[in-house]
Amino acid sequence: MVTYQDGKKILVTPISAEDLKDIHIGDIIYLSGSLTTCRDVAHRRVVEEGREIPVDVRNNAILHAGPIIRPLENDKFEMVSVGPTTSMRMEKFEYEFVKTTGVRVIVGKGGMKENTANACRDFGCIHCVIPAGNAVVAACCVEEIECAEWRDLGMPETLWNCRVKEFGPLIVSIDAEGRNYFEEKKIEYNERKEAQIAKISAQVGFIK
Amino acid sequence: MNKEAMVQKMTDMMAKFVGFTGKKLPDDVIAKLEELRAKEDSPLAKVIYDTMFRNQELAVKLDRPSCQDTGVLQFWVKCGTGFPLINELEGLLKDAVVKATFATPLRHNSVETFDEYNTGKNVGKGTPTVWWDIVPNWDGCEIYTYMAGGGCTLPGNATVLMPGEGYEGVTKFVLDRMTSYGLNACPPLLVGVGVATSVETAALLSKKALMRPIGSHSENERAAKMEKLLEDGINAIGIGPQGMGGKYTVMGVHIENTARHPSAIGVAVNVGCWSHRRGHIIFDKDLNYTITTHTGCEL
Ligand code: SF4
Repeated sequence: MVTYQDGKKILVTPISAEDLKDIHIGDIIYLSGSLTTCRDVAHRRVVEEGREIPVDVRNNAILHAGPIIRPLENDKFEMVSVGPTTSMRMEKFEYEFVKTTGVRVIVGKGGMKENTANACRDFGCIHCVIPAGNAVVAACCVEEIECAEWRDLGMPETLWNCRVKEFGPLIVSIDAEGRNYFEEKKIEYNERKEAQIAKISAQVGFIK
Repeated sequence: MNKEAMVQKMTDMMAKFVGFTGKKLPDDVIAKLEELRAKEDSPLAKVIYDTMFRNQELAVKLDRPSCQDTGVLQFWVKCGTGFPLINELEGLLKDAVVKATFATPLRHNSVETFDEYNTGKNVGKGTPTVWWDIVPNWDGCEIYTYMAGGGCTLPGNATVLMPGEGYEGVTKFVLDRMTSYGLNACPPLLVGVGVATSVETAALLSKKALMRPIGSHSENERAAKMEKLLEDGINAIGIGPQGMGGKYTVMGVHIENTARHPSAIGVAVNVGCWSHRRGHIIFDKDLNYTITTHTGCEL
């Protein structure tokens, strides 16, 4: 579902493919509902080992991150600090991952490539980045950790299923049409870089 | 104070200082980020800066590390030969890191190579990194602390160019790194460049350059000119905060240099991320201290 509050566009889980139709690369959105941390080994288990993911992420969101968690009493946990990790490491698994799990929103750091873009287009999914280095802002958006699965993977890799409120800002880097913000930007950056190299080189001929 | 008490005192002070630097950015970085924030006008850049400043406020208020990646601790030590704790210094810095790791808390970021396990204490063989400069006939000690996060460590690179490639080659080497790896290193970046005679001399200088205050310039006129050219050039690429586009990509470019072999130009690049957690503290022989990077920090 999509809602608006104080001028913010908020995706609320469960999210449908329809909900993503009006979201485009470069948009700023927020997320409320179910968000599960999921990174390297969890992707490997789902895709390479064919294991069923023990948290239902269908129509929900995942976050590429390894948080700092404080255990509380009665098998409860507190999110102390959480920030995104480089999404690119999950690129090789993401097509199959989205296909099997039905996840709708992937949050991470930096861009991803064709595998993920194709998954986004084929199955109705988006990839967003949350500005990195803002671990306290992100942790404060976590209302509660509802469950923790695959704990044998250790704190960073455990699937921490969180209930979040207005988690963000999230900047859409791949939309459900498969457009890829970072890949489009990179073309611009590289063109400008060549021009700058030429410009600077003309002024640093110190070896004569 | 006897030796033992002094060691204890300095360990505690360094543990506190390290923890503090993980929660609050140095004055010059905050000032620069404020300046860059004011100059950006795109909605994306603005929302990113707003988040960064809110995060830094919350980190202080809730007394938590501002970024979850508190890095590998690195220390640049300039120690007088007459400093009373010169013999104990390296050991006490290690103890201070362990202490800070549990007190702050810091993330466990020391993985022993080859044996490939995380020590769980943030220290290991050769970590924290300690670089020494010995100052003859002085009884004080100056320490730069730095948290080297993973994302901003990745762009690091060094090579040896042939003189024919010249400073034009240096330019290309640095700029190529910005568009390939810089994007993901949490810009706006502080860029350190070492120009020297070999890979290791250049590499060390490129990191040392990141300890300089933002806004400082090389004493060498041509190097200072190149700092400015690279700064303007990288900004003009338009990478912006978090690599998402913007007018400013760097907080500065610092070049450090030495003489070189006639047949070689050693060049290296290192970057610090927007969360540039560097601290600077000076002790006298009685452990009275001055902190130059963070006003209002009391240990
Ligand atoms: S690059 Fe810096 S700000 Fe970004 S996640 Fe790493 S340590 Fe934090």
